[in-house]
Amino acid sequence: MSTLLEVSGVSVSFDGFKAINNLSFQIGQAELRAIIGPNGAGKTTFMDIITGKTRPNEGRVLWGEKSQSLLKMSEAAIARAGVGRKFQRPTVFEDQTVHDNLLMAIKNDRSPFSVLFFKPKFRDLGRVEELAAEIGLSDQLHRKSGELSHGQKQWLEIGMLLAQEPRLLLVDEPAAGMTLSEREHTTDILVEAAKTRAVVVVEHDMEFVRRLNCKVTVLHEGSVLAEGSLDHVTQNKDVIDVYLGR
Amino acid sequence: MKNSFILRNPSVLIFLGVLALFTLGVTFMSEATGAGLISTSFVKTLGKTLCLCLIAIAMDLVWGYCGILSLGHFAFFGLGGYMIGMWLMYERTRQIVTLSMANAEIPPTDQEVVDAIGSQIFGVVGSSDFPPIWSFADSLPIQLALVLIVPGMLALIFGWLAFRSRVTGVYLSILTQAMTLALSLYLFQNDSGLRGNNGLSGLQNLPGTDAIPQSLISIWFFWASALALGLGFLLASWVVSGKFGSVIRGIRDDEQRVRFLGYSVEGYKLFIFVMTAMIAGIAGALYYPQAGIINPAEVAPIASIYLAVWVAIGGRGRLYGAVIGAAFVSLVSTWFTGGQAPDVPLGFYVVKWVDWWQVLLGLSFVLVTLFAPKGIGGLFDLFEGIRSPRRHGAALGPDQGSLQEKEAQE
Ligand SMILES: Nc1ncnc2c1ncn2[C@@H]1O[C@H](COP(=O)(O)OP(=O)(O)OP(=O)(O)O)[C@@H](O)[C@H]1O
Ligand SMILES: [Mg+2]
Repeated sequence: MSTLLEVSGVSVSFDGFKAINNLSFQIGQAELRAIIGPNGAGKTTFMDIITGKTRPNEGRVLWGEKSQSLLKMSEAAIARAGVGRKFQRPTVFEDQTVHDNLLMAIKNDRSPFSVLFFKPKFRDLGRVEELAAEIGLSDQLHRKSGELSHGQKQWLEIGMLLAQEPRLLLVDEPAAGMTLSEREHTTDILVEAAKTRAVVVVEHDMEFVRRLNCKVTVLHEGSVLAEGSLDHVTQNKDVIDVYLGR
Repeated sequence: MKNSFILRNPSVLIFLGVLALFTLGVTFMSEATGAGLISTSFVKTLGKTLCLCLIAIAMDLVWGYCGILSLGHFAFFGLGGYMIGMWLMYERTRQIVTLSMANAEIPPTDQEVVDAIGSQIFGVVGSSDFPPIWSFADSLPIQLALVLIVPGMLALIFGWLAFRSRVTGVYLSILTQAMTLALSLYLFQNDSGLRGNNGLSGLQNLPGTDAIPQSLISIWFFWASALALGLGFLLASWVVSGKFGSVIRGIRDDEQRVRFLGYSVEGYKLFIFVMTAMIAGIAGALYYPQAGIINPAEVAPIASIYLAVWVAIGGRGRLYGAVIGAAFVSLVSTWFTGGQAPDVPLGFYVVKWVDWWQVLLGLSFVLVTLFAPKGIGGLFDLFEGIRSPRRHGAALGPDQGSLQEKEAQE
């Protein structure tokens, strides 16, 4: 399986505090990966680096078949290259309808001029309906997204992520604030998505991670502590000490 | 296609209808084309007010929709005025000079004519040579193009530098104020080439229309201003109605999120900034011929702050709100400062509105911001029963310019 993203030897410090310390990570074209780790382990910062929000002090982040470096690209360019991201706190455009949120996310030319003259085609509208059905918001399309419940906003953000058709999905704690059945549905969507693209899921909930049934990377103090199947890492002595044992 | 746009935005139709009625009304009451119920100077005041409404639309686009609190748009307005003023002044002076030289025994050479125009125009600043920025002043088409190009270029350069370095919020507002201040200080200098603090004057006299009374010219400009406002409103509504509007409102509320969707936030901000600067330039080019004079004081930083106040009082984030705010505040302001408002004797002190109007305006601004953030436009929501969402005080996004709870519609 060829690599889609390769992060090697990356370090970041904030005012001398090393949030990420010589971290290396790889993921293939169609792979599901869970990242776990205690609070402050650097999971969110790791996603910040890939998406261009935080620039690392050292290291390399290489993308795609051509091993293009993401470090010199802007956030928007990285997103257009195919990296989609869901934030820890649900962030949708609260003053706009579910429909408009999805339409904005759907993969299309992003330059100001073509957006100005953009007319939603039949295909785009169909896609909005389809996504809304997938995330259970079909009857909420014309509500402002600010009125949705916390769980529904999480859904909407997942929907927007799928709409972008990214090659790599970075999902930060998707299940927070969801009911059990919603969590199960989320797992299904992520597992399904990972059949055609790479998906990285950060999650604290072990049951959720177990259901994903994938390779797990454990982060601690900004570097990889262990990697392997869930059973493998949960038996790791260090992992028990720093994370599970507490 | 057009129909569906109008259908989706009924407020556009209502606005254009009201504007058309207003224009007809004024036309039939004016001295030149109607019953003479309103004076020519009042027609000019109304025409100027329409131009202020147009720049308010620009301000609403940039601030109300895109979240950029620009406190510099009057600089673009002033530049538009200067650009058209240069042609008006040059051409009119040329006609006067040619006329007076026609009686001379030896016909003047072209250079003599130009020199005479120069000493007429620049005599007040002790010079007679045309500075390079007047190179195209003899050409109406070029000066008209410059009405768009000069504000557009300034906005492009300034915006490119500011947005690229990710300057946002209060810092950006301060930068725009600095830009305005720098421009007005530059214009104040006698060697700026634009006659220093004298500014450009006599702009109400359209060259070649000596036989036409001001009452008629004022109606022409009034019509032109109404047309520009109508087109500006149409353009702005179209820009904010579709996906582009979605993106810029997204930028207003949460620009980081827009970036991660793959939109180049800087590009969009620059687009809106330049576009609104050009609209402001057009508004200024229509305003100053009606005012008759433009000088650097018009570009003073405070003017741009007033603009934000108008839009806030009218209600930002809805185009008709901005128009209502600008029309209402500027007309009331004309009334108060024009000495028409009766003084209020308090026994121990007489409130003279000429002095106290600013205080009243400042106070209303504070009150509106605190208690009725939807502004005058919010009255329509009250009427239609549209409430604000209940969000326990949370704004609609994390950014500084984002829509506040009380500004939003449920
Ligand atoms: N911009 C920043 N400035 C300073 N310190 C930061 C910044 N961003 C993150 N940190 C610090 O870096 C460390 C890693 O933070 P990060 O948010 O990546 O952790 P996390 O693994 O996502 O934790 P959680 O499970 O709580 O979400 C934390 O100690 C945090 O305080
Ligand atoms: Mg985190």
